[in-house]
Amino acid sequence: MSSMTDTPRQPFRLSMLIYDSRYRSITIQVVALIGFIAGVAWIVNNTIQNLATLGKSPDFGFLLEPAGYDINQRLIEYHSQMTHARAAFVGLLNTLLVAVAGCVLATIIGVFVGILRLSKNWLIGRLMTVYVEAQRNVPVLLWIVFLMAIVSEIPPRPADFRSGEAQMLFDSIAVTNRGIYIPEPLFANSLGDVTVLKGVLKDSFYFSISLDLIVLLAVFLGGLVISGLIKRRADRIQEATGERPTTWYLRLGIVFLPTLAVLYMLGFHLGYPVLKGFNFTGGIHLRNSFVALWIALSLYTAAFIAEIVRAGIMAISRGQTEAAAALGLRGGKIMSLVILPQALRIIIPPLISQYLNLTKNTSLAIAVGYMDITGTLGGITLNQTGRELECLLLLMLIYLTISLSISSVMNWYNERVKLTER
Amino acid sequence: MKKTVFFGALAVAGMAAGVAAAGTLDDVKARGKLNCGVSTGLVGFAAPDANGNWEGFDVGVCRAVAAAVLGDPTAVEFVPTTGKTRFTALASGEVDMLARNTTWTFTRDVDLKFEFVGINYYDGQGFMAPKSLGVTSAKELDGATICIQTGTTTELNLADFFRANNMSYEPVPIETNAEAQQQYLAGACDVLTTDASGLAATRASFENPQDHIILPEIISKEPLGPLVRHGDQQWGDLVRWTLNALISAEELGITSANIDELAKGTKNPEINRILGTEGDLGGMLGLDKQWAYRAIKAGGNYGELFEKNIGENTPIGLARGLNAQWKDGGLIYSPPFR
Amino acid sequence: MSEQSYVRDEMLPELPPPATEVGVIGWMRENLFSGWLNTILTLAGIVIVYFAVAAALPWFLNSVWNANSLSECREILEGEAGACWGVIRDRFNQLMFGFYPHEEQWRPVLAFVLLFVAIAPILFNPMPLEMKIAWGGFIIFGLWLLWITGAPILAHLAFLVAGLALYYEPWARKMLFFSALYPFIMVWLMWGGSAWYVISALLGFVIGYLIYRLLEPIMGFLIAVIVSVLVAIGWWFFLAAPFAAWMAGIIPLELTPVESRKFGGLMLSVMLGVTGIVGSLPLGIVLALARQSDLLIVKTISVGFIEFIRGVPLITLLFVASTLLNIFLPPGTEFDIILRVMIMVTLFASAYMAEVIRGGLAALPRGQYEAADALGLDYWKAQRLIIMPQALKISIPGIVSTFIGLFKDTTLVSIIGLLDMLGLANAIRATTAWNGIIWELYIFIAFVFFIFCFAMSRYSMYLERKLQTGH
Repeated sequence: MSSMTDTPRQPFRLSMLIYDSRYRSITIQVVALIGFIAGVAWIVNNTIQNLATLGKSPDFGFLLEPAGYDINQRLIEYHSQMTHARAAFVGLLNTLLVAVAGCVLATIIGVFVGILRLSKNWLIGRLMTVYVEAQRNVPVLLWIVFLMAIVSEIPPRPADFRSGEAQMLFDSIAVTNRGIYIPEPLFANSLGDVTVLKGVLKDSFYFSISLDLIVLLAVFLGGLVISGLIKRRADRIQEATGERPTTWYLRLGIVFLPTLAVLYMLGFHLGYPVLKGFNFTGGIHLRNSFVALWIALSLYTAAFIAEIVRAGIMAISRGQTEAAAALGLRGGKIMSLVILPQALRIIIPPLISQYLNLTKNTSLAIAVGYMDITGTLGGITLNQTGRELECLLLLMLIYLTISLSISSVMNWYNERVKLTER
Repeated sequence: MKKTVFFGALAVAGMAAGVAAAGTLDDVKARGKLNCGVSTGLVGFAAPDANGNWEGFDVGVCRAVAAAVLGDPTAVEFVPTTGKTRFTALASGEVDMLARNTTWTFTRDVDLKFEFVGINYYDGQGFMAPKSLGVTSAKELDGATICIQTGTTTELNLADFFRANNMSYEPVPIETNAEAQQQYLAGACDVLTTDASGLAATRASFENPQDHIILPEIISKEPLGPLVRHGDQQWGDLVRWTLNALISAEELGITSANIDELAKGTKNPEINRILGTEGDLGGMLGLDKQWAYRAIKAGGNYGELFEKNIGENTPIGLARGLNAQWKDGGLIYSPPFR
Repeated sequence: MSEQSYVRDEMLPELPPPATEVGVIGWMRENLFSGWLNTILTLAGIVIVYFAVAAALPWFLNSVWNANSLSECREILEGEAGACWGVIRDRFNQLMFGFYPHEEQWRPVLAFVLLFVAIAPILFNPMPLEMKIAWGGFIIFGLWLLWITGAPILAHLAFLVAGLALYYEPWARKMLFFSALYPFIMVWLMWGGSAWYVISALLGFVIGYLIYRLLEPIMGFLIAVIVSVLVAIGWWFFLAAPFAAWMAGIIPLELTPVESRKFGGLMLSVMLGVTGIVGSLPLGIVLALARQSDLLIVKTISVGFIEFIRGVPLITLLFVASTLLNIFLPPGTEFDIILRVMIMVTLFASAYMAEVIRGGLAALPRGQYEAADALGLDYWKAQRLIIMPQALKISIPGIVSTFIGLFKDTTLVSIIGLLDMLGLANAIRATTAWNGIIWELYIFIAFVFFIFCFAMSRYSMYLERKLQTGH
């Protein structure tokens, strides 16, 4: 209490940096920034020193050298003489494949189980509880290796099909202990492919897109759009006249007939797997490693999704249903107009974060030898070239990009459905 | 308040870390323990028993070095490493030497900056198939599904072999040997490929070994040996000559049984030099005269180690073959102790 | 008019409900077959259960416990399918403790049971009645564990005293001190060596605190904090080790040192989980506060760190721990792999912890912040006295589920060659005796994890109900 001057214009003193709340925040930030930069500089400096002692220097040139190893599951063309970058790209696509397939299957199972857990059926309720608890309380890695053991121990071998001990399902699907072979779609009058990025960076990133698929999708989507227009028109007529023209057969036809016609023109047929030599050939081969990883991740994540779905549905009070019924809405309308919009607002954010978890968990592929990005770039490439720093940096960067894109979708959704509160 | 455990752990770590960057030999002596990188589990070469004692052929080399340097074959800390972590463990100084059936290749020696101190097992990559498959040669494997262990030279050799013979195959990459074996037995792959020693070891553990054949083709050379870091010649020499002492001991007939007898002095000057009764070879390595005596005494000579861990009387049942002494038509050959 | 009445004037006797509504049949109608959909579901359920049981039951019934190798098992089973649990009996000790020296195994057990003593005062104050009973059971269980691992009498006594102290109300609150000391005790028990190293590390905190108390009235809060931190750091770096060595010379308090390399099995998983959570609490609080703060740079750094850690899979971070961490540290520093993994797991957990605590902070009604401001508390006082105690309390279930997640994730260390239970399973399968065994090890490991995680999650649910104070 030395001086109680209330002069507003004090001369600046150094101590004000600490004691004056106007400056203090700046001081703290500057100190934090300096500390942070110093920390980073320290790590970089250590790294440079250590690498110098080891006689290495960071260099990404190895990515364009021949990889030398083969990858069994490749969604794009690849052979052992292609570059490490190409191998990483193949791995990345495999990661994305199992992530997307896993999210879809996990959602389906999760929604089912979530609803079944609410059912009054004693047996089903118990079974679902056992399933959810078993999945949630055992490490996912254990489930993956366990499932891998199951899919390679229990189904028949290809040899058993030859000797007639095992039969194909409907003469078209073969479940073997090397994976599942299913028929593949083929086009007799194929339009061919478009190849993109050929010749860039020693052919590391080129890929082909089937024109047949593009045409099919375009026609199908066009049908959907036209069908939507018809629905719009029907709505208008209903509002104007009170009578709704019957349009379902028209809409159905417009969605499916052109697509079927295009399929016919392209000469669509199925290619069946055939037992030839050691293995089945033809068809699509869902390898063991893929199946094990896919199912294990889906089952694991589905248990969490089931809880989310259950919580979401239970969070909507019965009053909502009753109020909607009092308004004269019918069952389907109550669901789609009242319950779902509210439940989804609760369900979707944690659902997306489960998708994120699943995507990150695909990195456990390495335990069953599924060649994802961790298995190629962070696995064999790292082992063969000894470039730990470069490989791991790239690997983390790739995962970070995937994760951030998923969470930006989530943020966008959250922003959209946010309730304005105090 | 809970921050303390972190610092506590760091404090303990700091103390355990001790001094690095001096010579490896001094480090090991100061520590009183040899840190030896081994595989996480490979039948006959390195695996822990129920009491946590590591056993195997590679383990024997580690113990011999520990006995030579520290006088105690049990003063070894075995650090299990995977195909991925083994080289960084060695490069970063976490282990002093690596005895983990590692193939000596140009890039590992030159580019990764390691020093292979010798070869303790001459191996080659082979194939094993069930007899019922009716295959007699690797050239008939077009279209086969093949189990391989990743993180090794195996996958590169395989790719080269099939490309050179213009055949296709379906690789099933697998992280551990135990897993590979399980997949193969279940029939999830037609053929298992790895080093021939590994194949024999694996086959030996099967319920019906006679139902499987090892195909005659050996598609690569796999000289396996212990390795150390580049740049520490003294330590490299020490490990190299410990291995050579084991090899020479077999050649000269020094065994763990008769070594005490021979150590009293013999007419053969080389035996005397090895066992320290003549000259001071140990002093040149920075050790005492008895170093080789202890190394051999620890687990026996090369032949004894071989017989005990992977030889014909073990379940693994490997014949000496290429790994017989040069006198017996093999490739195992030690430079003279002089 | 006749006096005839059409109104019954005595009660009819109660009829038993129809046979289809009571008893087993009624229950089944109600719960299993109420409608065609339910009936189908029930039948499907029965089929699933039947197949699962038919596949697994004979195998379980044919269990072999007394075998020392797989081939012995096969001989005993004579070609029938059956489980060979002999591997678990043979390797049980290893699966629990890894390579921790046999005669020292009471130390991890003591650390483990003391962990509960340390957690209990945080979770309840005072202990509710049903917990008091359960606690008695736990003390007996703990003593039994100590006894079968051959702990010295002193260890039994220490645990008994600490455990009973929680019953005595005036002491129970003081046991929070024990919770604060526990990390040091654990470090000493697990790693062994001279206790003075741990004590002198602890002394750093004490010295720092004393200096803060001394200087705060004279020089003000900020300077006092800076000086005390500097002094404490100076102590750790320059004086702690000589002091410890000197004291150890006078009064030796020694336990056989055990290197962290020897940690393995279930013990490793628990250690990684506990150090990860305990270490990540302070880091997580700092990160959460930084993320909530108005200071742009501080916030950016915190958000960057959290999003980075949460954006990459744990396995890549473990690869960093196993291959790169030594490169990031000054030349010559050498942590063994388990310590490196512990550091990495702590960083990993701290990002998740920060989000849990941020959730707790966000869940606190704004009124609490405003009330703290209205009382004229500055930022740190408000945090320390009003916000954090409540926010942490709301976060406890979140923290427990983070711990469960982390505990499960510790299995990933088997991929980088550490021998946790899953890693040991591979090593065991590589020995000649047990080469070829598959299901038994997996089932056992899954079972152990299930017990731990299930108990914890049930307990956290119980806590959640308990912690709901009003509204």
